[in-house]
Amino acid sequence: MIHLETPKKFRGLVDQAQQVAREIFRPNSRRYDRAEHEYPKELDMLGALLDGMNASGVGGAGAAGVRRDSTQDDGNRNGTNLSTALGTMELCWGDVGFLLSMPRQGLGNAAIASVASEEQLARFAGRWAAMAITEPHCGSDSAAIRTTAKLDGDHYVLNGDKIFVTAGDRAELVVVWATLDRNVGRAAIKSFVVEKGTPGFDLVRLEHKLGIRASDTAQFALRDCRVPKENLLGEPTINVEKGFAGVMQTFDNTRPLVAAMAVGLARACIEETQRLLGAAGIAVDYDRPAAVQPAAAAELLKLEADYEAAWLLTLQAAWMADNRKPNSLQASQAKAKAGRACVDIALKCVELCGSLGYGESELLEKWARDAKILDIFEGTQQIQLLIIARRLLGKTSAELK
Amino acid sequence: MSVVDRVMGLGLRAINRVAGAPLLDRLHLRRPAEQALYHGARIGFRSAAAAARGFKATQKLVQPARPARAGGDGLFDLTPSDEQQMLQDAARRFAADELRPAAAAADTACAAEAALLAGAAELGLGVMNIPEALGGAGNERSAVTNVLVAEALAHGDMGLALACLAPSAVSNALVLWGDESQQAQYLPAFVAEHAPVAALAIHEPQVLFDPFALRTTATRVDGGYVLSGVKSLVPRARAAELFVVAAQLEGQPALFIVESSNAGLGIEAEPAMGLRAAETARLHLTNVKLPASARLGADDTAYRDCIALSRIAWSALAVGTAQAALDYLIPYVNERIAFGEPISHRQAVAFAIADISIELEGLRLTTWRAASRAERGATFVREAALARRLAADKGARIGSEAVQLLGGHGFVKEHPVERWYRDLRAAGFVEGVVLV
Repeated sequence: MIHLETPKKFRGLVDQAQQVAREIFRPNSRRYDRAEHEYPKELDMLGALLDGMNASGVGGAGAAGVRRDSTQDDGNRNGTNLSTALGTMELCWGDVGFLLSMPRQGLGNAAIASVASEEQLARFAGRWAAMAITEPHCGSDSAAIRTTAKLDGDHYVLNGDKIFVTAGDRAELVVVWATLDRNVGRAAIKSFVVEKGTPGFDLVRLEHKLGIRASDTAQFALRDCRVPKENLLGEPTINVEKGFAGVMQTFDNTRPLVAAMAVGLARACIEETQRLLGAAGIAVDYDRPAAVQPAAAAELLKLEADYEAAWLLTLQAAWMADNRKPNSLQASQAKAKAGRACVDIALKCVELCGSLGYGESELLEKWARDAKILDIFEGTQQIQLLIIARRLLGKTSAELK
Repeated sequence: MSVVDRVMGLGLRAINRVAGAPLLDRLHLRRPAEQALYHGARIGFRSAAAAARGFKATQKLVQPARPARAGGDGLFDLTPSDEQQMLQDAARRFAADELRPAAAAADTACAAEAALLAGAAELGLGVMNIPEALGGAGNERSAVTNVLVAEALAHGDMGLALACLAPSAVSNALVLWGDESQQAQYLPAFVAEHAPVAALAIHEPQVLFDPFALRTTATRVDGGYVLSGVKSLVPRARAAELFVVAAQLEGQPALFIVESSNAGLGIEAEPAMGLRAAETARLHLTNVKLPASARLGADDTAYRDCIALSRIAWSALAVGTAQAALDYLIPYVNERIAFGEPISHRQAVAFAIADISIELEGLRLTTWRAASRAERGATFVREAALARRLAADKGARIGSEAVQLLGGHGFVKEHPVERWYRDLRAAGFVEGVVLV
């Protein structure tokens, strides 16, 4: 039965997340945007709250929500992928940088939730995990990573450099992608959970960024860093048939979450612009054709329509994950649409609000800066288009480069 | 009998009958010279409206029969019900087997074959939304089902889909807003053999047309109303026996039931860029006298709902035709070789395909949501406006990209994409005509 609304059973959770966004995120947004690299202490308290919400079984805003439940009946299911997407939207309506700094809710946690064994899941429970994929010479082409992992007794020895590690400074664990054999290609790439403080694992520096400044972005050096071999996530053997599937599986689950971040930010921009334009006597009339409305109202209607499409594509991808339907295509569609829509929306809202939108007295200019990363990380716009096109056209990455 | 049983039974009969007709009848290509003459004679001349049957009440209703609101468990769900899936499948088969093969000829002829339209009627499109109390098959309101069917038919051809669906816009309006005597008078004809052709006439031929500020006027006179004005892009107007016409009454838009036998009606062919199979025309109303009982849906929300439901229907048509374009493009760009490899190996081409799929899916979900809210009795005017916005922007864009990706081949009539380009332009702005 087609019904595309926030499910009743998650309304409480959405309200809670909205309150957190309104009462804690928004009032601190500007402060930590200015004080880059300063830890937002307010978030510690929230981490505990989220832990409680996740433990309650409702899920909601946690990275662990992306684990695919294997026990379920055939009926329609609204589970943690959906509730996590909904919670993420609300929190990012407040502040994307804060969401990325939520203790124990890193992308590394999502990776662990997606591919870890039950034993690993228990061992890493309650720890904050960041994700380290990108290297100085390669970003989207993650199959080209040079960080190596060599088995030596009970340990893997890791060597290489990692950049753009979100929450890398604050997290307790970092999930590091490394190759067991650079000659084999994708199939040899595995992810390893590296504990902070492991000898040979050093923080090199923190980035200064366009936006999401409340979230730290770290660079690490791995020099003969010895990691226990039971910290490898997934299968330790190189399976050329299965290739990249293990590590890439995470993305089918995390892309809808990044799309959800973009959707939350886009809604914040639209609502703020509606408020400011409303004070100037401009409101969208949904009955009348756009052509007979003021240009600013017609423009807002357009933004809202793109927002609606992004919102629904995101919920679709999350819902499919909950219902164990393959969702690579839909996850990339959601990420591509939400990523570009949130940038377009944020920039247009700044323009519509003029110097009020551009100045630091309001948050619109900050959101427009924050927005850009959402069309880049977890797969750029262009990477999403490649994934979508290859699937639709039945092309390999060798054919459609 | 459930709607599915009923429709499946009717549908099978229809397919037999249409498929049994000789190929010539189905595709019926007239000679181009005859065509030109025929059109030359029609354009610019006004003809009288079709003679209407005497619409008589064959049963009495104590109160209007309305479909129940759709229910649900409150969960997010993208799965059509079994019944919806079966109707969708039947509509898809009909679209693929009957509409698509007939589309090019109907576009050229500016008319749909009678046998084809009869087939659509027998598919159950007419009875789907009419409550059982009135001899129909729909007891629960299902705007979503209507959306799925419109999508499926427009995948075959938008102009033919419009021709098929136009009469049910009127019966649907009567179901939703008719009082007991209006329902008793008109709806039985729609469930009978040879259901009437009918059209919902909202649009007007002027720039910046606003359905809430109509130039067609209704004046209250002793014992009724007098209507004057011009309606635009009315499908199958020449054959229509019944119209629902929008006119400004004392500063507010209102709907009126107009039988084609009313004095003062004139039909003028209005062939357009696309939707040609629907035989669009202008409906001229010159001091058309109507009884007081002709006013449809006097409450405040009826007209707003009518406009919004029609926008959802147009968005659904856009989804169907845009999907047809995507389905046509994928094999084409894979097979077309340039510079030694399929053009789909180039990002400029492949990314265009990806973009079409993204915007199409966004349009589809937005349309579904608006329909799903409507059938549950939730507010849906905003959601309908958003679906319309996307249909206007993305629909036309997809039509344009489809022609572009075929290059010169997209511009010639050997391929259907130029027709989709023309049809998709309409779906984002036309008011009225179809309802979900």
